[in-house]
Amino acid sequence: MNTILENEFLSPQVFRMKVETPEIARKRKAGQFIILRTCDTGERIPLTIADADPAAGWIELVVQVVGKTTESLSKLGPGESICDLAGPLGRPTHIEKLGTVVMVGGGIGIAPAHPIAQAMKAAGNRVISILGGRTKELVIMEDRMRAASDEVIITTDDGSYGAKGLVTDAIQKLIDEGRKIDLVIAIGPPVMMKFVSLLTKKYNIHTLVSLNTIMVDGTGMCGGCRVTVGDTSKFVCVDGPEFDGHQVNFDEMIMRLAMYRDQEKESYDHHCKIRPLPNN
Amino acid sequence: MEKKGLTNKERLAIPPQKMPEQPPHERIGNVNEVPYGYSEELALAEAARCLQCKNAPCVKGCPVAIDIPAFITSISEKNYRASINKIKETSVLPAVCGRVCPQEEQCQDPCTVGKSLKSVDKAVQIGKLERFVADWEMNQSQAEVPVIKPETGKKIAIIGCGPAGITVAADCRREGHRVTVFEALHKTGGVLMYGIPEFRLPKRIVARDVDNLIRMGVEIRTNMVVGKIATIDELMEQGYDAVFVGTGAGLPVFLNIPGENLNGVYSANEYLTRANLMQAYSFPDTDTPIMRAKNVAVFGGGNVAMDSARTALRLKADNVYLIYRRSRDEMPARKEEVHHAEEEGVQMKLLQNPVRFIGNDRGWVTAVECLRMELGEPDDSGRRRPVPVKGSEFTLPVDACIVAIGNASNPLIPHTTPDIQTNKWGNIIADPETLKTTKKGVFAGGDIVLGAATVILAMGQGRNAAKAINEYLATGVW
Repeated sequence: MNTILENEFLSPQVFRMKVETPEIARKRKAGQFIILRTCDTGERIPLTIADADPAAGWIELVVQVVGKTTESLSKLGPGESICDLAGPLGRPTHIEKLGTVVMVGGGIGIAPAHPIAQAMKAAGNRVISILGGRTKELVIMEDRMRAASDEVIITTDDGSYGAKGLVTDAIQKLIDEGRKIDLVIAIGPPVMMKFVSLLTKKYNIHTLVSLNTIMVDGTGMCGGCRVTVGDTSKFVCVDGPEFDGHQVNFDEMIMRLAMYRDQEKESYDHHCKIRPLPNN
Repeated sequence: MEKKGLTNKERLAIPPQKMPEQPPHERIGNVNEVPYGYSEELALAEAARCLQCKNAPCVKGCPVAIDIPAFITSISEKNYRASINKIKETSVLPAVCGRVCPQEEQCQDPCTVGKSLKSVDKAVQIGKLERFVADWEMNQSQAEVPVIKPETGKKIAIIGCGPAGITVAADCRREGHRVTVFEALHKTGGVLMYGIPEFRLPKRIVARDVDNLIRMGVEIRTNMVVGKIATIDELMEQGYDAVFVGTGAGLPVFLNIPGENLNGVYSANEYLTRANLMQAYSFPDTDTPIMRAKNVAVFGGGNVAMDSARTALRLKADNVYLIYRRSRDEMPARKEEVHHAEEEGVQMKLLQNPVRFIGNDRGWVTAVECLRMELGEPDDSGRRRPVPVKGSEFTLPVDACIVAIGNASNPLIPHTTPDIQTNKWGNIIADPETLKTTKKGVFAGGDIVLGAATVILAMGQGRNAAKAINEYLATGVW
């Protein structure tokens, strides 16, 4: 159960893992996630399903090493297995033919954007994918995003690859060119999703974001993942993870993500006193 | 200690035996169980108090109708094997129920001894005796596996491995059916594992009882979120002949007041899940963090509120306030738990109600604003309604808050199985006798039907549901 088939690093901090889990592979839809636990003393962490093969019975996870659990997961090799894997969780992305869909993936967010781009294209949409990273090596899965898109635009903060600038610059350019955009889906760091939403709101372009809050159970029983959407509090694990970006209180969400920062560092240092915590 | 020849008068003269327990200052420094349990001597003395009433009112007070006089007689005869086997004819979780049942409202409430001595506190301590024999068995090498009837070839899916699901699993397996339990979390036991703290219910006890199910041949599949990985209809297509839904009331109710999403504000479910299921008590040896707050406010007056407050103390809080909008008399928590909480230093703030959380610019809660309340006329529940006292606002500085004002039923199954009807609170509608839902072949019981109730009531429903499932599978009649 939950046997690792492949594990390779795509960049110094990002790895791609294929896990054998036939039931989840058969059932999952674009936009959904899993919760895993690497060992008996481990914590539960949510990870979006980046790809799956229902016939071969595997799912793919693309993970950035940011702390203790992702680090220990990165060290699991083929033949080893993940202690607990539950899913598919969350609501699937609503897929329909809308016209032109702009998929915005920031860094590690490119991985969860991938199955949605695939599904949107399969539904007959024109898919323009904007892939952003701080630097060249953080722009992952370019070839697969090209296969899932009609057009791909790449931006890096430092200009080391594609256009120099932010993903919002690329969206602004599309708007300035007078391109008709029916939907924007943004997945990536919360700050990126916030600024994409602020931009598209000005032009009244419907925008979905996929939120990555702190979770424990992932089944709606604790509310640790709650976020304010419009006037109400929503649970990301069961009501989301996708929400209308124009309704999300990103500042609150960003503050909530910092809740355990000191303890996350303590945990990492406790288990691994040799390597410093990588910057992210 | 030969007690056989005692007269009723002599039996009534024996005082109720107290369980020795860890002193409060010591126990808040650990998560070990508070009461140590009866020694053999104490158990024999307590058993001698039972009058062996012919009409056995205690049995009627027990939701699963354990033959209480019989198991107590066996204790008096020092035949502990016979005693525990008698309990296990009707209860699959004696070590759990002996600890967490509100016996004062159930078996011990109608006890003749308590009635004669005019205090339910002086009733025969049935729960403590049940715990004694359950623990006795646990200290033996292995529990006895009940007799399983010949295989019937019928398959039953049980959704949720809490007290209701465990009871149905045992009763249906005994009948010779193939039973698979689907559990969403990575560990079994439901609220026994994630909710009730280690210091009230050691997790090894839950694990041991679930292990007995496995030894009976019940298949348990963890990490299976039914509704997501498969719907009930899909399970039935896969060949399950009957389904039991025991998914509980795991949906936290929040206060819906300003500032509730500030950092440091938890639902009791999250706080207790981190502490118990994820063993955040042992962080950083375990990986799940939990706030080590100095000043903690807990809102609510039930057992979950007491558990949260006592957990905060064990996580080294300096001040733990329990804020409850009614008075002590209306508190739904067990008296014993309120007493334990106060002994340990929980500060009761009665007739007060939070109105908003106040935070700093980094999004952390720093205080809670409350109002004083007074009691007005009785409401629908018969309890006097708390009414705010105008202009009585005050603020209490806190760095963590735990909301323990109740749970609602989990909506996942009703949402993914539209032909199962629910009431306006989202509880599944089930026949009170047979626990049949509105969908053929599907039964439901426990908190998903009752709303947040007790372990033993969930077991009682499980018992009735199992009887009806066994009948349905034998006759095919819905």
